[in-house]
Amino acid sequence: MKKINFMVLLFLGAVLAACAPATPSVAPTQAEPRTLRVMTHDSFAVSEAVIQAFESENNARVQILPSGDAGTTLNKAILSKGNPIADVLYGVDNTFLGRALQEDIYEVYSSPALADIPAEFRLDAQDRALPVDYGDVCPNYDVAYFEQKNLAPPRNLEDLLKPEYKSLLVVENPATSSPGLAFLLATIGHFGEDGYLDYWRALVANDVLVVSDWNNAYYTEFSAHGGIRPLVISYGSSPPVEVLFAEKPLEAAPTGVISTEGSCFRQIEFAGILKGGRERDLAEKWLDFMLSLPFQEDMPLQMFVYPVNPQAGLPEEFTRFITIPAETSEVTSDAINAKREQWIREWTEAVLR
Amino acid sequence: MSRNQKSTIVNQKSVLLWLAPLVFLALFYFYPLGSIFQVSFGRGENGAATAFQDIASSPALWNVLWFTIWQAALSTLLTLAVGLPGAYLLARYDFRAKPLVQALAGIPFVMPTLVVAAGFNALLGPRGWVNGALMSLLGLESAPIRFVNTLGAILVAHVFYNTTIVLRMVGDFWSHLDLRLEQAARTLGANPWQTLRRVTLPLLLPSISAAALLVFIFDFTSFGVILVLGGPRYATLEVEIYNQTTGLFNLPLAAALAILQLGCTLGLTVIYTRLADRLARPLSLRPARSTQRRLITWPRRVFAVVMLSLLFGLLTAPLVALAARSFTRLESERGQPTAPGLTLDFYRELGVNRRGSLFYVPPVTSVAVSLGYAAATVALSLAMGLPAAWALARDGGSKLNRALDPVLMLPLGTSAVTLGLGFIVALDAPPLDLRASPLLIPLAHTLVAFPFVVRSLTPSLRAIRPRLRQAAAILGATPMQVLRQVDLPLVGRALLVAATFAFTISMGEFGATALLARPEYPTVPVVIYRYLSQPGALNYGQALALSTLLMVITGGGMLAIERLRIAEVGEF
Repeated sequence: MKKINFMVLLFLGAVLAACAPATPSVAPTQAEPRTLRVMTHDSFAVSEAVIQAFESENNARVQILPSGDAGTTLNKAILSKGNPIADVLYGVDNTFLGRALQEDIYEVYSSPALADIPAEFRLDAQDRALPVDYGDVCPNYDVAYFEQKNLAPPRNLEDLLKPEYKSLLVVENPATSSPGLAFLLATIGHFGEDGYLDYWRALVANDVLVVSDWNNAYYTEFSAHGGIRPLVISYGSSPPVEVLFAEKPLEAAPTGVISTEGSCFRQIEFAGILKGGRERDLAEKWLDFMLSLPFQEDMPLQMFVYPVNPQAGLPEEFTRFITIPAETSEVTSDAINAKREQWIREWTEAVLR
Repeated sequence: MSRNQKSTIVNQKSVLLWLAPLVFLALFYFYPLGSIFQVSFGRGENGAATAFQDIASSPALWNVLWFTIWQAALSTLLTLAVGLPGAYLLARYDFRAKPLVQALAGIPFVMPTLVVAAGFNALLGPRGWVNGALMSLLGLESAPIRFVNTLGAILVAHVFYNTTIVLRMVGDFWSHLDLRLEQAARTLGANPWQTLRRVTLPLLLPSISAAALLVFIFDFTSFGVILVLGGPRYATLEVEIYNQTTGLFNLPLAAALAILQLGCTLGLTVIYTRLADRLARPLSLRPARSTQRRLITWPRRVFAVVMLSLLFGLLTAPLVALAARSFTRLESERGQPTAPGLTLDFYRELGVNRRGSLFYVPPVTSVAVSLGYAAATVALSLAMGLPAAWALARDGGSKLNRALDPVLMLPLGTSAVTLGLGFIVALDAPPLDLRASPLLIPLAHTLVAFPFVVRSLTPSLRAIRPRLRQAAAILGATPMQVLRQVDLPLVGRALLVAATFAFTISMGEFGATALLARPEYPTVPVVIYRYLSQPGALNYGQALALSTLLMVITGGGMLAIERLRIAEVGEF
């Protein structure tokens, strides 16, 4: 009986629906917003207001698709080449750029906004991958530890070998960690391909500790958090972030950065239009937008990276607590692409075995 | 009816039961996996052959395989050593705290590795509570216990994660074992040790071996524990697959390693299946009520206290340390004697979108998202697992079942990175363009939960005596009635165990979810990971606070499932 009642109701409902006058479309002039799909690594972040500005200006909806860590994201983009998951890929950095270009996943797009971007960031002469932001990976130190011991923090990579800094440094494995790889590249850039392994052997002799990932290094072993080692490989922007996310408001940064004399490696992150994607014109507008001031000025406090657009102002926390190093260790993205496996293998032999 | 005809009918029914689970596995497991293998080997110069030669000729990779095997074997033995006495306690004795103990023991299962590492660090880290206490007690300069980056950390973490599998699978079966069998043995003059060895253990073997197999495969494919707690000197096949894939882009080698890992899983499961056939005996299961005694004598009480302290110490101490840390303010502490203050700041901060971020979600939302995915996973994995378990149980010896049984375990032995990329390669065209769909998350969780559901249900279903069904049928019951009034009441408890596994697996799963989750609807582990990947005491504190919430919610969920008791083994 219950079933029959339900069927009757359903039928009546259908009849009523059919009789009702066709509802006029709400706003005939306004077209459905188009969807732009943007594939990113899982560290991507942006302010709500900034995205909304882009969306309303272009009658679009931006769908962000985090796709794992940077390596996994690039793998996904390469494996879906021709029928991509997204229209734009953001998050390939200079350690992965050679690979991305070799796989030919990007369309060429010479954005007019590139005119403002310094040449040092424009690593792809054909404008397939457009630089968006950069950040440095450097040794960080725990300010309070060195103050208490009345010891000066090390000033450069060579200092890390001195006996007074024995057993103080924790680094990440370059095979499993992106800052770990960046620091390996800093030593290769600074000491050269012939010298870097000797440097690492000396670090081992000075009792360097290697862990798998940034998280373990920073939160478990670093003395500013749960550990006892006052030197850690982290980001150049970590000190202002420590201030921003302190338990109590702080006057000075609890950590510092060793950034002089090529002790940092610079990671530049790129965005590009994926081959075979939809909405080409909207994707172009999005790339222009990523290089424009609203997005560029939003990035530091969202992703803790520096804008590539020199006109973009930095937030007060950044200007107050760090100086961006003028010179960093350099290794070209082509060299990284060609020798990544060899370098990691050699490092593993020298340091872990 | 001739024998041949009868076996054909049995087979036809089995085929019908297998239909849904097999279509599911074909679409969402074999098709993506086959596709990624094909694409990966296609990218190498000489296809699969070169990749396998590379493995064969690399002593480093042989070492990885050897380490993977022996650490898994050792971890499994240790897990059984802790789990079996615990299972005995939970199965044979009735005490008030029992549901709580079971729920607590299940919580580790849902904790993401990074969070567990944080818990162990709060307890055993260089500035953790144990080291702190030892240093002040013995007047030491440096921390005496080194935990992270050791083999011990790997073993302890594996026991921590997997003891609940033994407690649930063996404990559940044990609680329904007819006590009178043991009493008969004792009456006939056997001492307690002989009774255990000759009567109880043989009867328990099907569930012990099922639990051991699951534990071993989990340890064999271990990834996060090895990477985070074991450190860079230890690598399992799964870690090596990840490195080859994301760090070195050597997809052919990664695919070959993934096949090697699958092969080991399959081989082991085939051996298990052969064994299980010989071990299974029809038993009359009893209501748990009738097999349990109270803790009245002193030896029993002492045993219970010792066992419970061991379980609590091992399974909940890191979690308690973690929860305590989420209420503790430490910033003033550096270098000075610890003077931590209590604070609710981390919890308060969870509800604040400080930076106006697009991806900020309040904890209520992420909890709701997690519960939604978990409910979908429970429904889907029971819908797929129940028919498969039933087919296996009603005629385990048939050729079809013997061939399909090991296949069910394969998803557990599959490299998560490989399968994740397989989804991208395979599910890329309508009607199955699911690459950016939130549907993929319960599907991926179900692949992991499915073997658990089948393994939890099969021993109980097998133990139902065929004569009960036949009797019901002779008395005029339709097959539906037999199912509802005979089978369901008998396996009600096992159904709950299966549902609990599916629920916890989904609540805690991070790897697949991180690859597939939409940022507007993240699960709790995904949000925890977001906090953990940024510097700052406040971020770390929030990660711990949210982890504590995850523990409480999961524990509550498991207690709620315990309460359901849809059909306790009843009067018969």
